[in-house]
Order: sequence, then structure tokens, then C-alpha cells
Amino acid sequence: MRKFVLSYLIPRIGQYLLVIFLGVTLTFVIPRLSPNDPVEQQVSQLMMSGSQVSPEAIEHMRVALTEMYGLAGSPWEQYWAFWGRLLRGDLGPSLSSFPTPVNQLLATAMPWTFGLLIPSIVISWVVGNILGAIASYYENNRVIQVVDVVSQAVRPIPYYIMALVLLAVFSYWIPIFPFSGAYPPGARVEFSLSFVLTVLYHSLLPLLSLVLIGIGGWFIGMKSLTSNIIAEDYVVYAENTGLPRRQILTQYIMRNAMLPQITGLALQLGMLFSGALIMEVVFGYPGMGTLTFQAVMANDYTLIMGITLLSIVGVATTVLILDLIYPLFDPRVRIQ
Amino acid sequence: MLNVLRDLLKYDGRFRVAALFLLLTLLLAALSWVSPQPPNKTYLVPPDVAPSLAYPFGTNSRGQDLLWWMAFAVRNSLMLGVITAIVSRVIAIFVGMIAGYRGGTIDRLLMSLNDSFVVLPVLPILILLSFLLQGQLSLVALALLLGLFGWPWDARLIRAQVLSLKERSFTRTALYSGTAPLQLTLREHLPFVLPVVFATTINNMLWSIGMEVTLSVLGLADVTVPTIGTTIFWANQHQALVAGIWWWLAAPILVAVLLFLGLYLLFSSVNEFIDPRTRLRRIGA
Amino acid sequence: MALLQLEDLHACYRTEVYGISRSVRAVDGVSLELYENEIYGIAGESSSGKTTLIKVLSGTFKPPLRVESGRVHYNFGSFAVDMLSIDPEELRQNVRWKQISYVMQGSMSVLNPVRKIMRTFEDIVRTHQGIADKKSFVEQTRQHVQRLGLPPDVLDLYPHQLSGGMRQRVAIALATVFHPSLIIADEPTTALDVVVQRGVLQMLKEIQNESANTVLLVTHDLAVHANMADRVGIMYAGRIVEEAPTAAIFQRPRHPYTAHLIRSLPSIGDKTIREGLGGAPPNLASPPNGCRFHPRCPLAIDRCRTEVPPLTTIAPQQRVACHLVTEAG
Ligand SMILES: Nc1ncnc2c1ncn2[C@@H]1O[C@H](COP(=O)(O)OP(=O)(O)O)[C@@H](O)[C@H]1O
Ligand code: SF4
Ligand SMILES: [Mg+2]
Repeated sequence: MRKFVLSYLIPRIGQYLLVIFLGVTLTFVIPRLSPNDPVEQQVSQLMMSGSQVSPEAIEHMRVALTEMYGLAGSPWEQYWAFWGRLLRGDLGPSLSSFPTPVNQLLATAMPWTFGLLIPSIVISWVVGNILGAIASYYENNRVIQVVDVVSQAVRPIPYYIMALVLLAVFSYWIPIFPFSGAYPPGARVEFSLSFVLTVLYHSLLPLLSLVLIGIGGWFIGMKSLTSNIIAEDYVVYAENTGLPRRQILTQYIMRNAMLPQITGLALQLGMLFSGALIMEVVFGYPGMGTLTFQAVMANDYTLIMGITLLSIVGVATTVLILDLIYPLFDPRVRIQ
Repeated sequence: MLNVLRDLLKYDGRFRVAALFLLLTLLLAALSWVSPQPPNKTYLVPPDVAPSLAYPFGTNSRGQDLLWWMAFAVRNSLMLGVITAIVSRVIAIFVGMIAGYRGGTIDRLLMSLNDSFVVLPVLPILILLSFLLQGQLSLVALALLLGLFGWPWDARLIRAQVLSLKERSFTRTALYSGTAPLQLTLREHLPFVLPVVFATTINNMLWSIGMEVTLSVLGLADVTVPTIGTTIFWANQHQALVAGIWWWLAAPILVAVLLFLGLYLLFSSVNEFIDPRTRLRRIGA
Repeated sequence: MALLQLEDLHACYRTEVYGISRSVRAVDGVSLELYENEIYGIAGESSSGKTTLIKVLSGTFKPPLRVESGRVHYNFGSFAVDMLSIDPEELRQNVRWKQISYVMQGSMSVLNPVRKIMRTFEDIVRTHQGIADKKSFVEQTRQHVQRLGLPPDVLDLYPHQLSGGMRQRVAIALATVFHPSLIIADEPTTALDVVVQRGVLQMLKEIQNESANTVLLVTHDLAVHANMADRVGIMYAGRIVEEAPTAAIFQRPRHPYTAHLIRSLPSIGDKTIREGLGGAPPNLASPPNGCRFHPRCPLAIDRCRTEVPPLTTIAPQQRVACHLVTEAG
């Protein structure tokens, strides 16, 4: 137990803190290294918009913005203040929907993103792994060979292109799915059966785009892992003892091959999350991706900062959770 | 080298498809040098003409022949991929080799830094970055930037390869016989590390070209430069799908699929070829 | 009636990658018989085809290993089996583990790393016998391992918690749950240190004594055979070159290769450096003509280079494949 804590638990938590530290520091440093001063950008934008503002008002605004962006004081003071606000969970007001706090915008968008991302990850991880293991163990299965070819064709396609193709085919060419959004414009967001069904209907295509690429990736990974594990002594031994093939596949091959796939999932979460953001933009799905798009379009600097920070903390925390779950599946880590 | 190519062409269907697709993309890219249409001019041809013999890819609403535009786009996307690959290769090889050969504390430090970069969601950070540099982010700058983020996966792979090489007997024999470590590295290990580097290079290009698409579509890159991403950006700006100008999107999608599939199949074919298990079966042991 | 009659077995590994096909004739014309209630030892350098032979005998071969010709006939008393033509499902249900159990080479890693030892016993017993009452199964299994001198608590551990010797004993315990007619053990002591080795061999011998079944013991270590085997067969480059009762083979080895092996056995107090055999064992992808040992044989004559010496019975239970021996009569 002591050994587990020392050689597994503490390093993982240390790694988690390092990721957060690096991510937050990057987010802090990037704007300060950038040749563009967000305050001046904001001010000039206001002046260009043609509204009549007095020089004093501009000066006043400059001070207020400097304060709000945390750009007042020495870099160290700014850095500490940055952490302070972050730990308090204060991401400031959104500029484009002033004075709505960024927090609130994120809180509205987040459930949509995770509502789509989590099922897509679970479905593609489970299905991809099962099919991949079967593919390697029953090499001559026709259906599996088709899955193999499709996976190889789908895996390298960028999320954006995949989403675009699905949208073009199933919304424009064969219009069986809605163009955009998670529900029809103007619908009341509520917890009723009909609303939930509408959302499901709207979510199907976005989900499909994530799941297709996901299954492709996990399938290929699992197939290659399995072809290694099949040659492991304990699998050959199980075959020699005459265990039924199905049991060997599930309890000997898959059970062991899933371990690196859990680690793989943790390592790929950042990419999967990024993919979901892109997909949302294509489908106009009201999650964090679309929010990012709107923030970019509206030049909403605080919102983009907020999204970046939340993404970093969110992904890192999920990775930590996966790391903490992992020992449950691997006795070699659990009992040392 | 030529033998390898011949064997792959002869015995690996994936490699044949990859070669065909990449050849087509390269041909298209080569067309950019003979293009009668400069990429930054608009309204040179009648707008919104569907694909025909005169305009194989059609023309867009900005009065550009999509064939020539796409030729530039592929060339630029490939260039971005290559620059990013070079930059990130330098970092990845450096980190991977140092971590692998030095081991110990340096290894642990580098790898935890490495893993942090693997886990960090790159897209939001890149969006923040490009947002702040809006408009000033040239294609080359974007490529360099992507290079700074594209190394950690590959550093890990290179390190793993180095670790396994260190275990081999020839390393130990060479060390005992007094060969200088650097010489040893270059002479004995590079032939093993290079194929891994090559495979990761292709994979890295897939990643960076895909990232460019994303950032361009969000309007965060320099949209006056034709790339696969900016083509889609302009199509979106003009609501090509709604307006029925489907070919404006079909062209970049087609080219992207050819390029991505070609690169990926090349990657997996090479990857299998250099897999130690395959190698073992090939040379027999 | 012999338990196993093996006749003129030829088996090879055939691989094809990127157009380069290779064929390794790992077993090339082996015939032998195994009787009930004996320990038969197979010796020979690494890569001489011992494991390959066993894979065929145990019916656990699959591509790239292929049997080209030969007959592998078992007589288990109540029924007979032809290993090369038996239906895989029948083999799995009636023969595997019930009649033939196989302690694989590298038994250190034959246990599923994510399953407790007890679960592996459970898997095997459930497959071949069914488990009606879990409690009595657990009790019986505990008794079984205890009888073999293992602490029953190992059953509740994971493989990585066990030492190498323990894992090897567990593998043997697993091989004996059903009292099979034939236990095949491939290099069961190779990775173990001497003291642990002795314990494992002791265990194997006791099991054989008690249940009077047949043990096919494969190891390159002749000293082990001297202590364990009733009869020994020596393999060289995919063929059996000599076979005799243990005492006979150690007292008077007839084949030059066997003689060399026995001469190079270390004996206590002997400090002279042993002369090595020049050359390396042949490449089985392209073995030499005639007697495969001739490039290294100090006694080789012209005939050896062209003519394959047949395995000839020269005394009761004693067979040798060497021109010199058969010529001398
Ligand atoms: N899976 C395989 N594929 C190809 N050749 C093999 C394979 N396994 C063993 N061999 C070859 O078969 C020959 C006999 O090997 P093996 O039966 O393992 O010998 P031993 O058990 O006596 O050490 C060797 O030359 C070995 O290289
Ligand atoms: S047959 Fe000839 S080469 Fe072979 S062992 Fe006998 S003497 Fe030596
Ligand atoms: Mg062997």
C-alpha cells in the first residue's frame, strides 16, 4: 500500500499539478508575449466603431480594462493575481455579452459539450476495442475485414472534414437530419420527453462524426495490441489448456489489451476534446466549441481565456481520474 | 532503399494506394507552378461555374478557378506540414535522445514535461495564441508555432526506441571496446531511430495539416493564403452549401481526403515495415 | 501397447513476408515411442527442435508451424487419438489437460497477469469438468496444491506476487489437476537457480511416482536427465541422433555428439578446461547434407557428407544414427 502511494499515486498527482501549472502559466504568458496588447485592441476597436467617446472616457476604460485583464502591476504581481482569481473561480466578465460573467457562459455551454463528448468517447472506446480484438483473433471474418478497411479510411480524416462531409451528405444532399443546433431555433429548453427526443435527433449526426473517427482509432490500436497479446505466453497457455475461444478472447486477451487502451484514452483526451470543439462549430452545436467560435468572432478576449483555462483544467482532471481508476483494472499497479 | 520501395509496392496494397494518392496530390501541388491564375487575385473567371471540362473543380463565388486555387492550397498545406515536421522533429529527437541516453533524473524530468504537453489540450491554447496574433499569423509562422507543440508524442516514441537499442548487445560490446558514445549513437543507432522518425514525421504532418484546417476555418490564420483550411473558410463565408455551390467544399474535401488517406496509409505501411516483429520475420532469426 | 507412437514426423515453420519465404525444417524425421509410467527425457542444444517436437506432440501447433508428414498416435487405454487428424473440438474437450497436459517453456509468464491463481484453476476445471459446488472446488484445489508442497494461500495471489520457482510449481500443479496420462514439461527448470530447481524436479518426480503416468521432460541440461529420466533421446538439428536408457547413455554414449555432450558435463572437483566443439549448430533453413553433425564431428568420414545415417537399433532399447557405429556393427 505504502509502495503504491509512493510509486504510483504521488507521481500521478504530481504530474496533474505540473500539467495545470504549465497550462495556466502558458495561458498567462502567451498574451503578454504577443505583440498585440488586448487592451489597446479593445480600445481601438471601440474607437473604430465610430461612437463618440471622450478622451477621458477612453482613458478610464483603458484603466478599467487593464485592471480586468490583470495587466496592472509587475509581471509577478500579475501572475499571482492570475492564480488567485483562478483559484477563486473568477474568470471575469465576458466582453461580448458584458457584464455576463464568463463563468456563466461556460456553465451553459459545458453540459452540451460533455453530453456529447462523454457518450461518444464511451461508445467508440467500447465498440472500437471489442471489434479490434475480434478482428485480430478471428482474422478471416468478412464483416470484420470491412470494418478494418473502413477504420483505416476514417481514422486519418480530420474532425472538421468528417463533420462537414456528414453534414453535406445527411443534411443537404439527403436531408434527413437538421442543419445545425441541438434543438430547433426558438424551442424552449426544458426537461420534457419531446424536447429530449428533439435534442437526441439533433445530436445524432454530431455524435456520429465523433464516434466514427473514434471507433476507427480505437479499432486500429486494439487490433495491433491484440496481435501482440495473442502471442503472449498466457494466451498460448490458455489455448493449450483447452479453454473455450470466447473466454480466451474476453478474459485473457481483451482484459489485458484494454489496459494500454485506458492509458491511451488518458493520453488522447486532449485531442478528443479538441475534436469535439471543432465538430461543434460545424454543426452549430451550442457547446464550448461554438462558444469559442462566437468568442473569436466577437473578439471576446476574456471568454477565450476562460475557455482555454477551463479546457486545461477539465482535461487534466479527467486524465487524473482515469489514472486513479486504472489500478482497479491492473493488479500489478494496485498490489506492488 | 530502392529494394524496400520495390518490396512495399509489390507486397503491400496499402502502400500502393498511398503512393497513388500522394502522387495525385503532389501532381496537383506541382500544377501551382504553372498556374495561369495568381492565388491572390479575384474575379478572373466567371463565378459559380459547376465542375466542367473547362473548370474541372468548378469556380467559386470569388471568380477563381478552383483547380488552380486548390493547386496552391495543397502546396501550401504540404509546406506547412513539412515545416512543422522539421521543427518538431528537431525538438522530439533532441528530447527523446537525451532522455533515452541520459536516463535517471533528466529522463524523468523530460518525460514528465513531455507527458504534460501530451495531455494539454492544444487546440484551445492555439486558438488563444492565434487570436492574439490575429491577421499577423503568416503560414510559416503558424507552421513554426505548430512545430513547438507537435513534438511530445514522438519524443516519447524515439525515447522508447533508444531505450530498446541501449539494451541490445551490440551497444554493450561497442561500449566495452571503447567506441565513443556519440560515434556509437550515430553509427549504430541512427539506422534504427531514423525509420521511427520517418513514421512519426508522416503522422505529425497529418496532425499539423489538420490543425491548420481548424484554425483557418475559425478565421484565425491568414485567410488570403490558399490552403485546404482557408478554402473551406471562404466557402463558409459565402455560404457555399446554402447557395448550392457544393463544389466549393467538395474540392477541398476531396483533396484533403486524398492527402490524409495517402499520408496515413503510408504511415501505417511504413510502421508495419519497421515493426521489430515484421523485421524479425523478414530477415529471419 | 505404447502410450504414444510417433512415426517419421516432419514439421517446419514456413513464413512469407514481403515476398521472402523461409522454411525452417525444425523437426525432420523423428520417430519414437513413449510407454506408460516412465519419464522420457529429450536433450539437445537450444534450437535443435525440442520445443517444436513438443508442440506437435501436444497438438498445440499452429501456423507458421506446419506438419508435413508423419503419424502421431496416442492410445489412452479407453480410446485412441490420431493427433494429426483429430477434430479440434474433440481434441479440446477430451484430450487437452485431461489426457495430455503441457508445462510450457517459459512457464514464468503463462499465468494471466490480471487473474488470481485460483481463477486460473477455476477456468481449467470449469472447462473440463464443470464446477457444481464452488466451496468444495476451492477446498479441493487447496488440498491439491498443498499435496504438492505449495502453501494454499498462493491461490489468492496474483502471478506477479509469486517468485519464479513458485510460478513454475503452480504451472506444474495446474498441469496435474486431472491426473493426465501424459505430462509434457518443456525446460521446467531453466530459469531457476539450483536450489529451486531441485525442488521443482522433486515435485515432478513425486507426482510421476504417485500417479504412474508418463512424463516427457525436455531440457538441454543433461544433468537433469541423469537424475530424472528413465530413457533419454538426444536431438541434433531436428533429428534424434541417439536414444537409450539413461544409465546406458551416460555410461557408454555411442553417438559422437552425445559423447561430446556428456564429456562436457561439469563434474565436481574437475578443473580442466573442456574442449569445445568447433562450429555452430546448423541453420535449419539450409541444413548440411548427409549427417547433419558432420561439419562439427571429429570422427566424420567421407560417407557422412553425403549419406544420412538412419536411426538404427543396435541393442534392446538403444538406437543410434551414426555411420561409424553401425559400420562397426
Ligand atoms: N515461430 C517460429 N517461426 C520460425 N522459426 C521458428 C519459430 N519457432 C522456432 N523456430 C525455429 O525452429 C528451430 C527449432 O526451434 P525450437 O523447437 O524452439 O528449438 P529448441 O526448443 O530445441 O530450442 C530453430 O531454428 C528456431 O529458430
Ligand atoms: S555419421 Fe559421421 S558425421 Fe555423423 S556423427 Fe557419425 S561419424 Fe560423425
Ligand atoms: Mg525450446
